[in-house]
Amino acid sequence: MGLFLAQLLTGLANAGALFMVASGLSLIFGVTRIVNFAHGSFYMLGAYVGYTLMQVLPGMVGFWGAILLAGIIVGLIGVIVEICVLRPVYSAPELFQLVATFGVILVIQDLTLMIWGAEDLLGPRAPGLKGVVRILDEPVPQYDLALIAITPFVAFALWYLISKTRVGILVRAATQDREMVGALGVNQSWLFTGVFFLGCALAGLGGAVQLPKGGADLLMDFNILTSVFVVVVIGGMGSLPGAYLAAVIISVLNVFGVSYMPQSTLVLMFVVMVVVLIFRPFGLFGKEEVAGEHGQVGEPERPIKPAGLRVRMLVLAGLVLLGLIPVLGSNFAEVLATDILIFCLFAASLHFMLGQGGLVSFGHAAFFGGGAYVAALLVTYADTPMELAMVLAPLGAGLAAVVIGWVCLRSTGVYFAMLTLAFAQLLWSLVFQWGDITGGDDGLVNIWPSAWASSNTVFFYLALVICVGGILLLRHAAHSPFGYALRAARDSARQAEAMGIHTKRIQWVAFAFAGAMAGIAGGLFVFSKGSVFPNELEIARSFDALIVVFLGGVKTLSGGWVGGASFEAVKDYLTRFEYWRLALGLLIIGVVILAPEGIVGSLRKLGERIGFLNAAEDKR
Amino acid sequence: MQRKTFLRGLIGAALLAGTSPAAFAQSGEPIKIGEINHYKRMAAFAEPYKKGIELALEEINAEGGVLGRPLEFIFRDDQGDPGEAIKIAEELMTRDGAVMLTGTILSNVGLAIASLAGEKKWVYLAAEPLADAVTWSAGNPYTFRLRASTYMQAAMLAEAAAKTDAVKYATIAPNYAYGKDAVAAFKEVLTKLKPDVEFVAEQWPALFKIDSGAEVQALERAKPDAIYNVTFGTDLAKFVRDGNTRGLFQGRTVYGLLSGEPEYLEPLGDEAPEGWVVTGYPWYDFNEDDGANKTFVDAYQDRWGETPKIGSLVGYMAAESIAAAIAKAGSTETEAIRAAFEGLPVETPVGQITYREIDNQATMGAFVGTTALQDGAGVMVDWTYLDGADYLPSDEEVKKLRPSE
Repeated sequence: MGLFLAQLLTGLANAGALFMVASGLSLIFGVTRIVNFAHGSFYMLGAYVGYTLMQVLPGMVGFWGAILLAGIIVGLIGVIVEICVLRPVYSAPELFQLVATFGVILVIQDLTLMIWGAEDLLGPRAPGLKGVVRILDEPVPQYDLALIAITPFVAFALWYLISKTRVGILVRAATQDREMVGALGVNQSWLFTGVFFLGCALAGLGGAVQLPKGGADLLMDFNILTSVFVVVVIGGMGSLPGAYLAAVIISVLNVFGVSYMPQSTLVLMFVVMVVVLIFRPFGLFGKEEVAGEHGQVGEPERPIKPAGLRVRMLVLAGLVLLGLIPVLGSNFAEVLATDILIFCLFAASLHFMLGQGGLVSFGHAAFFGGGAYVAALLVTYADTPMELAMVLAPLGAGLAAVVIGWVCLRSTGVYFAMLTLAFAQLLWSLVFQWGDITGGDDGLVNIWPSAWASSNTVFFYLALVICVGGILLLRHAAHSPFGYALRAARDSARQAEAMGIHTKRIQWVAFAFAGAMAGIAGGLFVFSKGSVFPNELEIARSFDALIVVFLGGVKTLSGGWVGGASFEAVKDYLTRFEYWRLALGLLIIGVVILAPEGIVGSLRKLGERIGFLNAAEDKR
Repeated sequence: MQRKTFLRGLIGAALLAGTSPAAFAQSGEPIKIGEINHYKRMAAFAEPYKKGIELALEEINAEGGVLGRPLEFIFRDDQGDPGEAIKIAEELMTRDGAVMLTGTILSNVGLAIASLAGEKKWVYLAAEPLADAVTWSAGNPYTFRLRASTYMQAAMLAEAAAKTDAVKYATIAPNYAYGKDAVAAFKEVLTKLKPDVEFVAEQWPALFKIDSGAEVQALERAKPDAIYNVTFGTDLAKFVRDGNTRGLFQGRTVYGLLSGEPEYLEPLGDEAPEGWVVTGYPWYDFNEDDGANKTFVDAYQDRWGETPKIGSLVGYMAAESIAAAIAKAGSTETEAIRAAFEGLPVETPVGQITYREIDNQATMGAFVGTTALQDGAGVMVDWTYLDGADYLPSDEEVKKLRPSE
């Protein structure tokens, strides 16, 4: 009994910081519709700023003062980010802002390393709260009790702010209908800035308040990000009571999981999330999303049409040039080009689903890595020849996509995205945990191409044919009746259904198709590298693809591969420098601000302005 | 990173040319070594490692380099991503003119490069990765490893544990390959030495995401006599703090793999655990009797104005090993370097080590001692250096573990 109570208290204490960070994310999303990937970075900043302040400010007052100040400082940093980076891109397509926040992550990572150095910092203990209290003979740290006591106050203060003050009324109104609030004469941009301040301050507070239980290190931004997303989604995006309840549920379950199923630590919260979303597709307290009903922000998308003669010639010339790489370039140019081609196919497959289907997946790496693992397992355990393994890889990935798509498509919007993330994570932990078969994170090695394809040149041509073929196939699908139906389902599900299109089924097929195409890329990848590790299923890999699709341009046909090629090439160059993350982050932010329609979208506009391309008005 | 290295190299070369007569003995192009590491993702570990390499290079080149040519490392960041590392390895070997590869801390990246090295027939010295697979199950003739593997270090601690009365053990290790290997090896060796031991709990926190309060409660619930810890970095800090607060370590001996390394012990400050039996690196304790160890620590502190970490030592020894191998090979041809590494003896700060012919594993050992607090900092006391050669399985077993030969 004593142990049970002590475990419960541990869970409740852990919920504290998690709730603060999650409520900030939830607020920001609720009002601004921004999926703030950089939220973990603000949490990390809170920890570092709090640590520094605690070195300066003495005693009990200093300690708690440092936590409050850290929150405020991080909130102000958030304001700077909002004004400089996000304000220029509010009118960009939905979710485009997440690319900007991704750039912010990179910048903050390098700046933190520059300012505080590489070594982990151990948080100072809270003055006066260093000991334990014996409850039913079990030791419970005093600071845990303090956290359990503080969190409801923070939650209450937030609740009061949101439901009892004028600011709160405006925030709630903006959560429901931004445009209407703007039409009623409320200065939206300052409302957004204010909410961003509050959200980031909460993240900073969370980072500072956890210092006595841990410390500050450079990996904590990504480490908390997934749990925070899970909490927000389980609670329901934009719901504060939901975030609190979800933080408690996740933390308490985790404590009992640790005791009674020690191996469960990797997956538990994702399983909980999947279960919750299956029964409540909008989280515990979330409401159905209405964003799509008003149409998309930004200018309406143009109808797609086949590329004109000039563009075709341009692409043909590019392909010829690509084909000449082995003649003109070095051996390494072939290797680099192979890498980029594979990544382009992967990005293009996500782009198809995202651009044509409007299905934002946060877990597309499941199919890339899935395909790679199918091929690798076949080679390792059945001595399958490369050719057969490469054919079976997309089949395996496609099959996985059929199953995962069936579950995920029950939800929409951000909840759909989070479900895909959850499944990618489940697949990742399966591969990670099942060491006897998959090698765990020691991976599967010595998977090399058949003898005829083992030279870099031959493999490059193989990749060229398969990847360009795949990208053309995806493009062709967009022009087919299937592509039209898919876009209809994206733009207005209700009208599409009235026309007799089974929207869910169309989306399901698109999901599986995109999964299979990613599987082709995965199959190629494993033979080009000779080994595969769970990294290929990681969240970071999914995000890579997501970022390049947005950078390339969602509302264009070629955004996926163009974004992929530019991003990979730039990254290959920048990683040669010491502070490459800073440079890459700033570059991403720059592209986001200067080219809110993505690289292709902006190039197209430029092309029309200088008369190279026919403008949209004079349709054929 | 490259530019900085380049500048530094330029300045170094200018200084050498101006002052050292040995510089005149050098002729021809520098011998280039490709070094791939996670300089950003694991900056706290990679930076001391790099400084160790640079110190060794300065010493080697001041004495005339190797084969009369200066030795040069090209440092590249792989973001901790195996696929990226493969690409960089190709570039280093085919475009930049590197004669062999070295580097990586993470085992999965090390295994990826090892696989590439076996396929392309390039020599790869895995300096830091600990996974047993690097030299055993996934080993190949072109991959060599410097550091004492997980198995070796775990066996050292198991030997110390077998000498005590403790019977009921609990383990806590990060939930990934290194943690699992470390627990398996400890169990295997300890059970062999002391068959009546019992393992009453196994905890597997997610790497760098430990829920330390819950883990400590779970360990306490099992009431073990002793605890075997494999957590490190921030996980270790949180585990130690919660364990101290909740009294988990009272009356129990804790065996900590790598817990005594400065990388992990220093950040703990005055909260460092006392009385743990650990593997680590007690650089602060070396005196004149420790000969080369002391010389290295002094030289490192002189050069960089900071104290060495275990990574510094490994980086230094990696560069020394490579210089020795190329000197023995007498050429920079891959096959010659590979053959030279087999059975290669290298004089290092910790004494002579040998790259074993049977599995390409170096016999570098580890320092084993007990942790204590001195002047508000955690240190290792009563330490000894155990030679790695004594903690490897028999040759027959190694042959079975290494299918490639």
